[in-house]
Amino acid sequence: MSIPRLDRDDEVDELPPDIAAKARALLKSLVRPHLAMAIFLALIVVLTALMLVIGPVFIADALDQGIPRAVDGDTGPLITAVSLFIASAVASAVLAFTSTRLVGITAQKILFTLRERVFTHVQRLDLGYHEKSTSGRLVSRQTSDMESVQQFLSYSLFDTALALLQMIFIAVTLIVLDIPLAIVVFAGFIPLFFITKAAHSTQRNAYRRTRTSIAKVIVHFVETMGGIRAVQAYRRQPERRGTLSDQDSRYRDANTDALRGVAWFAGWTRLIGNVTQTVIIVVGAWLVIEGWTQIGVLAAFILYLRRFYGPLDELVQAFNLYQSASAALEKIAAVLDTDPEVIPPSQPHSLPAQDSGQASGRSVDLTHVRFSYGDGPDVLPRFDLRIPAGQIVALVGATGAGKSTLVKLVTRFYDPTEGRITIDEVDLRDLDDAQLRSHVVMVTQESFLFAGTIADNIRIGNPEAGDDEVIAAAKAVGLDGFIRRLPEGYATDVKKRGGRLSSGQRQLVSFARVFLADPDVVVLDEATAHLDIPSERLVQNALATVLEGRTAIIIAHRLSTVEIADRVLVMDAGRIIEDGTPADLIAGTGKFAQLHRAWKDSLV
Amino acid sequence: MRPLLRFWPDLRSRIGVYILVLVLTLLANGIQLVVPMITGYIIDGPIAHRDLSALWLPVLGVLAIGVAEAVGMWARRMIVAPVVSGWEIMWRSRLFDRLQYTSVAIHDSWESGQLLSRAVNDLSQMRRFFAFGLPFLLSTPIVILVGTVMLSILQPVFGLIMIAMAVPTIVSVSIFERRYRETSRRSQDTIGEITTEVEESIQGIRILKSFGRSPWAAERFSLVSQKFKGLEIRKAKLDSWFWSVLLLLPTLAQAAIVGVGTWGVVQGWTTIGTVVAGVTISMVLRMPIEMLGFLLADALMSLTAATRYWEVIDIRHDITDTDGSVDDDPDVGSYRGALEFDSVDFHFADTDRLTLHGLDLRIEPGQTLALVGATGSGKTTLASLVPRLQDVTAGAVRIDGVDIRDMPVNELRHLVSVSFEDPILFSASVAENVEMGAPGSDEDEIWTALEIASAKDFVSRLPEGLGTRVGEQGLSLSGGQRQRLALARAVIGRPRILVLDDPLSAVDVDTEDRVQRALREILPDSTTLIIAHRPSTAALADVVAVLDEGRIAALGTHEQLLESSPLYRELMGASAKAEAHTTDAHSWEGGRR
Repeated sequence: MSIPRLDRDDEVDELPPDIAAKARALLKSLVRPHLAMAIFLALIVVLTALMLVIGPVFIADALDQGIPRAVDGDTGPLITAVSLFIASAVASAVLAFTSTRLVGITAQKILFTLRERVFTHVQRLDLGYHEKSTSGRLVSRQTSDMESVQQFLSYSLFDTALALLQMIFIAVTLIVLDIPLAIVVFAGFIPLFFITKAAHSTQRNAYRRTRTSIAKVIVHFVETMGGIRAVQAYRRQPERRGTLSDQDSRYRDANTDALRGVAWFAGWTRLIGNVTQTVIIVVGAWLVIEGWTQIGVLAAFILYLRRFYGPLDELVQAFNLYQSASAALEKIAAVLDTDPEVIPPSQPHSLPAQDSGQASGRSVDLTHVRFSYGDGPDVLPRFDLRIPAGQIVALVGATGAGKSTLVKLVTRFYDPTEGRITIDEVDLRDLDDAQLRSHVVMVTQESFLFAGTIADNIRIGNPEAGDDEVIAAAKAVGLDGFIRRLPEGYATDVKKRGGRLSSGQRQLVSFARVFLADPDVVVLDEATAHLDIPSERLVQNALATVLEGRTAIIIAHRLSTVEIADRVLVMDAGRIIEDGTPADLIAGTGKFAQLHRAWKDSLV
Repeated sequence: MRPLLRFWPDLRSRIGVYILVLVLTLLANGIQLVVPMITGYIIDGPIAHRDLSALWLPVLGVLAIGVAEAVGMWARRMIVAPVVSGWEIMWRSRLFDRLQYTSVAIHDSWESGQLLSRAVNDLSQMRRFFAFGLPFLLSTPIVILVGTVMLSILQPVFGLIMIAMAVPTIVSVSIFERRYRETSRRSQDTIGEITTEVEESIQGIRILKSFGRSPWAAERFSLVSQKFKGLEIRKAKLDSWFWSVLLLLPTLAQAAIVGVGTWGVVQGWTTIGTVVAGVTISMVLRMPIEMLGFLLADALMSLTAATRYWEVIDIRHDITDTDGSVDDDPDVGSYRGALEFDSVDFHFADTDRLTLHGLDLRIEPGQTLALVGATGSGKTTLASLVPRLQDVTAGAVRIDGVDIRDMPVNELRHLVSVSFEDPILFSASVAENVEMGAPGSDEDEIWTALEIASAKDFVSRLPEGLGTRVGEQGLSLSGGQRQRLALARAVIGRPRILVLDDPLSAVDVDTEDRVQRALREILPDSTTLIIAHRPSTAALADVVAVLDEGRIAALGTHEQLLESSPLYRELMGASAKAEAHTTDAHSWEGGRR
């Protein structure tokens, strides 16, 4: 079959080239508020490392000096050494206790900030972004990517610092003990440096692949579960399973590569450590035999060497968690780096005040407006429209005539490509967003319910509304009777027990929201589609009352809606081709008049 | 432990490899003990005697062991990587598949984020556990045990000291275990809530933006996020207690060994050398004991993850073939398409209130029946019974006299095509979305289906025509456009039975009218159940049924019902006065033609 297929490898979320730097900047900005804590933790790191080095000294002292002296009857040195040892152990425990706690708390604070920042930023992004992006991808940023960052912050950052410090302490000890031998040890750092460098690039690559591929898995999962009705009704399970397994195979391969990258890195590191140890023994033996080094020094050296390379394993582990976290942080940074195209004003203006209790609506003006989505063709080539305060306007026209676009502009979901849109002479782009949203409210085609009670869902119209106001709104749209029959009335959880709402009822909830919101300008986008005729009539009657004294723009698919309008705009190809009162247009000879006659003929 | 033990069959299928991993882990731990012994020998022997020739053999030994250790470490990770990565996606595909066949009613009772967090966060936790946690959890106690035995052989009193230390360790383990498990369960559930909040805030973005309620959503998110933070901090605090106890106890044991040992030397029942050896061994034991804290926390989180995984896998599939499974591709028999509801009762699982009550209805082969009823009267529920998205709670739905529960589910779904009130499009091309209705259709058939659905014009105007990507990851279409594509999917392949749940609510009346006429002309043999709100739709149907109070209140043609049924007249907007202008009219789109 010759149907064009899509390339499934479309990489939607390609990262900007300087994303690594941006991720680092993001990390810095997250850590900065906790600088004091970071310094305090650094202090704890130093003390912990110190205890780790000191503890064994006391026990060695107890063994070397304490016991023989105690056997001779002098228990003093032994008691001192053992007491010091116990003290250092207790100090270590207290330090570990404090650091685990503080690291946990700080890491969670940072993650909390990051989560909130991403959430509010995503909310700020314009509708254009959301229409291109998928919920699954953004969900993966907030869950799977956050998890990677958490792994690193909670389990690795502190240990990395500790391991590094321990190595520094021991390095200093080694130099003090014997410089030539220390040079042998440090020579091992040369191959280590190159291995780390190589691992850095391969691991970063692998972890980026894991992040991208798991995001795709999440997108597919979310889409399948969200569309489970269609999946089952159309027997899509085998195909969906196939796609999951394709995408998951990529994730598995990326993950395997990343883990194997760790294997190589860890293996090489350990090999270098162990070879260095052998070389030290040989060189040390030679030095001792030649008389240049003392045997005790060599013994100590070998002991410390083992402890020197011990933390290196932890560093390898931390290095990989870091790579994974930074790949995740890059993805998150890319979201935060996306600027909304609809930007809130830097110096917001306010709408002129109105007489209280005297609702009169607001005037809406579109002046020389041109609009196209991105680089696409003009949807509205040149548009001028003046809607006086309090007017109810019905928009009529075929799909693609530009009705939806027009209302998206009036509600500032998009900004016009050219021209300006004003409410009471204030440009929408200069209007404070909170104010805009409280004055201009739109009821969309979809009626989405949020988890929570039905009252909460209605209250989206106005979170401050009291119970009686919520009930009044529900009554106005004819929802009250239904709600009262629910198991827990207004407190019924819409997604749980007994709370199933039909699409018609969901639409009524949307209307109830508008009643509560009490805006100056109401925009209704084909919002009565799912209602039966009696309910629709009820809503329209209620609307006629509520729209009194407000400006309204209604996209009408049914001429019945037009009945409540003061003015009808007939749109075609982004232009207004008829404009007048319903009566005038019906009396005329235009398209609307033809429609109206056809409708009259079809009355039952 | 049971949830973790239930993974045994998976483990067993790769048991050879996994045992190798365990052995390598154990060896890595063992080598830690051997190398110091050899280096000690070298220093005390060849070097002390300045005997270079005797040096080479033990040095080669050290080198060999060193290389072996590095190779072993490399091998362990190389081997375990594909195994655990493979397990992770295998578990996910099981979870996914379980959910794909789980009935819609059960899906509706789960928060979407809870499913996703199980499929992603919990499974990656388990991958990490099986890669590192488990091998070390299994080998660490062995090391501790061997160490304790060595201590006991060396000097029974030292062994007793270690055992005495085990008592507070076990006590703190048990305190820690209970609290940590509870907290980790709540924390992982909260991840699910976070996921749900994020999903909803994006899927409901238009509403949030319309009402300027992003701050409200942010506050809700902040609440769960805060809760998660609190739980994770509680985990960190539990960790801090537990880990510091595990850090302290072995060091106290060491101090005790020194103290008691010295007393023993004085008393003469032990020697200095024994004490030194005892301390050395206990020093080696510190690391594994300290690690135990981390391993235990990891195991508890994995236990929670496993519990959450099995909760999904254990979901009972209630809509299946007669043998309890679901055949993806059963043979499809030949049916005439008589659809019959016989004394059908339906109530949702969590309530006794009957949505449908003793409902009888019969649609003859090829007949079109329009189902009308008030908002919330149960029309959608009735429609969902036909493809068995839900099952009747009493009575039966039959096709040509066969109870649909006796047919393979997918044979039924092959016969029945559905279009939903909320059109569901997948992220794929227009062609792929339509073709889903009848896989293997050619381009002509797709165009025909689009034509029936009145979608041909707008599809041909799309930037890439049939190849245009739609769905969440594609071009955003209007509600009416989405509905028409979903309808094209339902009609392609000329299904025996067509169930259309208010398929064109977002489309103007004239288009709807055209669609209906096309359906009658092109699909005269399909039995059609169409949920309708408008007189124009009802008028075109062969029969109209009025649904009220869970049963069919009236049945007849549009004209007959207008005569006889006041309820129907009211629903059609015709009962009221002359100004009952709410009746549908031809809209603009029709008028232009």
